[in-house]
Amino acid sequence: MSSVLEQLVNKPYEHGFRTDIETESAPKGLSEDTIRLISSKKNEPEWLLEFRLKAYRHWLTMEEPHWPNVKYPKIDFQDIIYYSAPKPKKKKSMDEVDPELLRTFEKLGVPMNERAALAGVAVDVIFDSVSVATTYKEKLAKVGIIFCSISEAVRDHPDLVRKYLGSVVPPGDNYYAALNSAVFTDGSFVFIPKGVKCPMELSTYFRINTENSGQFERTLIVAEEDASVSYLEGCTAPKFDTNQLHAAVVELVALDRADIKYSTVQNWYAGDENGLGGIYNFVTKRGLCKGVSSKISWTQVETGSAITWKYPSCILLGDNSIGEFYSVALTNHHQQADTGTKMVHLGKNTRSTIISKGISAGQSNNSYRGLVKIGAKAAGARNYSQCDSMLIGSKSGANTFPYIQVNNPTATVEHEATTSKIGEDQLFYFRQRGIGTEEAVSMIINGFCKEVFQQLPMEFAVEATKLLGLKLEGSVG
Amino acid sequence: MKNEKGPELLDVRALTAKVAGVPILKGIDLPVRAGEIHAIMGPNGSGKSTFAKVLAGHPAYEVTGGTVRFQGHDLLTMEPEDRARAGIFLGFQYPVEIPGVSNSAFLRLAYNTVQGARGKDELDPLEFDDFIREKMKLLDIDPAFLDRSVNEGFSGGEKKRNEILQLAVLEPKLAILDETDSGLDIDALRVVAGGVNSMLKPDNAFVLVTHYQRLLNYIIPDYVHVMEGGRIIKTGGKELALELESRGYDWVVDEYRAGEQEKGYVGASAA
Repeated sequence: MSSVLEQLVNKPYEHGFRTDIETESAPKGLSEDTIRLISSKKNEPEWLLEFRLKAYRHWLTMEEPHWPNVKYPKIDFQDIIYYSAPKPKKKKSMDEVDPELLRTFEKLGVPMNERAALAGVAVDVIFDSVSVATTYKEKLAKVGIIFCSISEAVRDHPDLVRKYLGSVVPPGDNYYAALNSAVFTDGSFVFIPKGVKCPMELSTYFRINTENSGQFERTLIVAEEDASVSYLEGCTAPKFDTNQLHAAVVELVALDRADIKYSTVQNWYAGDENGLGGIYNFVTKRGLCKGVSSKISWTQVETGSAITWKYPSCILLGDNSIGEFYSVALTNHHQQADTGTKMVHLGKNTRSTIISKGISAGQSNNSYRGLVKIGAKAAGARNYSQCDSMLIGSKSGANTFPYIQVNNPTATVEHEATTSKIGEDQLFYFRQRGIGTEEAVSMIINGFCKEVFQQLPMEFAVEATKLLGLKLEGSVG
Repeated sequence: MKNEKGPELLDVRALTAKVAGVPILKGIDLPVRAGEIHAIMGPNGSGKSTFAKVLAGHPAYEVTGGTVRFQGHDLLTMEPEDRARAGIFLGFQYPVEIPGVSNSAFLRLAYNTVQGARGKDELDPLEFDDFIREKMKLLDIDPAFLDRSVNEGFSGGEKKRNEILQLAVLEPKLAILDETDSGLDIDALRVVAGGVNSMLKPDNAFVLVTHYQRLLNYIIPDYVHVMEGGRIIKTGGKELALELESRGYDWVVDEYRAGEQEKGYVGASAA
């Protein structure tokens, strides 16, 4: 493919800067002592320390997974700082938030105070593992919604956290989930009580800042009977040379007729043109449709990270429950992504939809890996999967690994897959109509991703469109 | 042929080009004035489509010699999008499909880009909708076209109609239609021809690349050029097309070869 394509793909990361804020860090390395330190720093109750230690001891017995279609040097888990927090000053209002931190968000194009107010979005800012500002909390509290950092939740709503933490992703679920369970420092907690429709989109901006500090976020969202919520997670990270491990766990619980929509736009540092640096994003995201007719919908736009290893999943336990997965994964340069979903149908007449769009440019490798499992009792279960791949240039790769297990004869499972390529003739067609290459690529890509973008909340869809354009700028030609 | 001559739009001189290392165009001369319709005919593989693509700036074709001036500017140094903005339009022989991009969004972006480059006002989506529906009515094109993805799942005839719609929207100075008539049924052919005839103005021109005379029953050209082996070997009026229809291309080729031989003989004896 010609040079414009390459230029477009080769645009340097724009958010490559770091903020100087004094941080308080634990020494490098992982041991029971590290875990006790984290737990005591956070004044945690005994049960949570036990939860962590149990997870840690289990982790010690586990092996790093090697089945994903990604390659990376061995991670030295003793070379990671497991706890770092901005010096604890009391933060009460946005005015008291460290101005340097606010400037960071400005640079990222997230003028959060105005944005939050204007867009009606409550932003729970996560800055190096500790939430420093939460807006709209009071307004939400009026309708009984809890939206806070998980540390605050542990302090203020211990029974809720204890009841649901680890109930969807058990501490020993997988290597990185076990690690997260042992050392997670912060994250978000959302609780929507019975019958409440959350009046606004809830939003968190993540940002990894301290060099060598692994981020172990823990997010727990519970929607009780007839409740509904839409949660947005968006991320960018500054540029560093050493790889940063990110192993988050997200758990969603939907009770009878509850509806949870979880949207992610991810743009972490992906490494330079030679694949150096960049985030390792090994995430466990899982939702449990526990109640009848409940619904969990994952929408993700993955554009960053050196390596992405992520399968937002739905366990469809309640009869008539619905699981959805809409994904755009874009890889460029030497990025590697092995991502997809798992839909596990356990209840009767459960339904799931999977729409996955993979875009690979440069020398990147983009794999879709999905499991559709229909249990023996899931009579009448239905799944529809569509996995489309688009290649830009001739050095990128795309793979699809669909796994289908059907144990009930009344189930219907459909799978469709396509692979296409942005060709010179397509681009020439646009250019002959006066439309420049970059706009053409952005239009083709957005067309390709339309079914997924339609699922995103409005502001997010605009951001996602811009982001894909940026990521591919200079890559096509 | 018309008597009053419009200003010169296009001036092609000794143009040579190759694709994938193989020379295709071997010295083309073609002047086009405003208000004219030119038909370029010739057997398959004679270089007609290559010539059309070279004029539009297709990156797969490498110009190896000659000059092309368009409204006084050096066309060959311009990017394809700049040529389009300056008023060159290529109606594709095989229009590509662009899944997920709606025809209306595509047309509006193209229209506004070209309008912007020409220093004219852009239209917002509502204004554009009025504008495009008017154009579609004139061309007898189903409004459902707008909501479909560009050319995706279109029949051959629909694709060609869509090319004519784009032509009508972009209002180029020079429209090159590459075998727009091929694969069309008689109704579609009438739409295409009607579109071209209604769009011809004293300040623009058309170059029709075609294999068959059929289109020229509906669009009367001022000049007919016969292309063979990467050269224009004969130029005549509209009656040449009819003669080609009844006699084929061989006699033109023979005539040309005889002429070349004679030149070679004359040249040799003079030396």
